[in-house]
Amino acid sequence: MKAYSIFRKDWQSELRTRYAINALAMFILVTISVIMFSIGTETISEYLTGGLLWVVIFFSAMSGLSRAFVSEEERGTTMTLQLIASPATIFSGKLIFNLLLVFLMNIAITILFFILFESFVIKNFLLFAFAFLLGNIGIAVSSTIIAAIISKASSKGTLYPVLSFPILLPLILTLLELTKFAMDGNTVESSLVEIAVLICYDVIMLTASYLLFDFIWKE
Amino acid sequence: MTDYFVELHQVTKIFGRRLIFEKLDYKFHPGKIYGIAGPNGAGKSTLAKIIVGLLTPTSGKVLHYNNSSVIPPEKLHNYIGFNAPYLFLYDEFTAEENLKHFSNIRGLKFESEKADYMFDKLGLLERKNDFVRSYSTGMKQRLKFIFALFHSPMLILLDEPTSTLDNEGKEKVYELLNEQAKNNLVIIASNEDSDLALCAETINIKNYKKS
Repeated sequence: MKAYSIFRKDWQSELRTRYAINALAMFILVTISVIMFSIGTETISEYLTGGLLWVVIFFSAMSGLSRAFVSEEERGTTMTLQLIASPATIFSGKLIFNLLLVFLMNIAITILFFILFESFVIKNFLLFAFAFLLGNIGIAVSSTIIAAIISKASSKGTLYPVLSFPILLPLILTLLELTKFAMDGNTVESSLVEIAVLICYDVIMLTASYLLFDFIWKE
Repeated sequence: MTDYFVELHQVTKIFGRRLIFEKLDYKFHPGKIYGIAGPNGAGKSTLAKIIVGLLTPTSGKVLHYNNSSVIPPEKLHNYIGFNAPYLFLYDEFTAEENLKHFSNIRGLKFESEKADYMFDKLGLLERKNDFVRSYSTGMKQRLKFIFALFHSPMLILLDEPTSTLDNEGKEKVYELLNEQAKNNLVIIASNEDSDLALCAETINIKNYKKS
C-alpha cells in the first residue's frame, strides 16, 4: 500500500511535469520514422523486423526509464523520500511506476510495428505474449536498479547505456530468439527453455535489486 | 512524555582523509531541547544526518530506543521529523498535496483538520492550495516545519531551523519547538545564538575533533 502511494505520487508528478512521457513519446516517434525512411520501399525480412522491435524498445528504455530516480536527485527530493519511507518501499514504488511506463511504451511500439511494417507477422501470438510480458518485467526491474545506481553519479547520461548494455544483453538476446520462434509459429512447449531463461532472469534481477538497493540508496 | 531516547556510541565520521569528529558519546532524552553547535564546516549537519539515519558513521553506533527496545533502521522514518535547508519538497504539488502524499506513503491517514491547524499556525492557510514552486524561500521553510511535525514524530531534529525566516517566523517556530519539547525529544543544529538559547544542553562539535 505504501509502495502504491509512492507510485501514485510519481504518476501524478509525471502527469504534471512530463519528465519521462514526453522523452519516451518523442524517442519512439523519431526512431520509428528514421527506420521507415531508411527502409524506404525495400522489403525487409520478418526476423529483421523482430530484431528492430527490440532495438527500439531497448533504446526507448534508455531514454525514459532512468527518470524514476534521476528526477528525484535533480530536484533534491531524494532526502525527502529517505525520510518518509523504507528503501524497500521506495524501490517497490519506483518499480511499479517503471512497469507501467514500460508496458505502455512497449504496447505502443508493438502496435506501431504491426501497423507500419508488413513483414512484422506473429504466427504464435501466445508465445509472443509470454516473451513480451516477461521481457517487459525484466526491462523494468533492470532499468529501475540501474537508474538508482546512476542517479548518484555525475555523468548520468553516459553511464546509463554503459551499465544497461551488459545487464540487458542476455534478456534482449533471449527475447530476439523467442520473437523469431513466435514468427515461425513454434509452439510454447518447444520454447520452454527460453521462457525459463526469461523467468530466471526476472527472478534473479528482482532479488538482486532488493538486496542491493539498501546500499545504493544510502549516502 | 514519550519514552524515546537516542544514544550515540563512539560515533566517528571521516570523509576521505578529513576527520569530522571522533568518539562522540552522548545520550538524548525527551522533554528537553538539545543543541549541536560549532563553526561553519565543523560537521553539525553531518552529525544531524547521522542521527536521523541519512548518513552512516565511519565507526560507532547510533541507537534509537522506544519503550526500551531498539527501533530497527527500516522503521525509523516514522519516529523522526527532520528539517534542513538542503531538504526539498515537491514543487509541482500544492502544500496540501505534499502533506497528503507524505501521509499516504507513511501509511498514515491524512488529517485535514490537523493540516489546517498547522497551516494556520505557520501562516500558510490561505496559500495551502498553491503550488510549492510559487512559494518564497521563507514560506517553503515554514512548510518544511509542517512536513517535519505533521506525523507527530518523537524525535524532531532541525538543522539551521531559522536560517531563512523573518522575526515573526522565528517566533512561531520557537513557540512550536517549546510546545514539542514538553513531550518529545528536540535537537537543533545551529550557529544562531537565538536558536541555541532554547537549548538545555549543547554539544560543541569542536570538542570531538582532537587530531
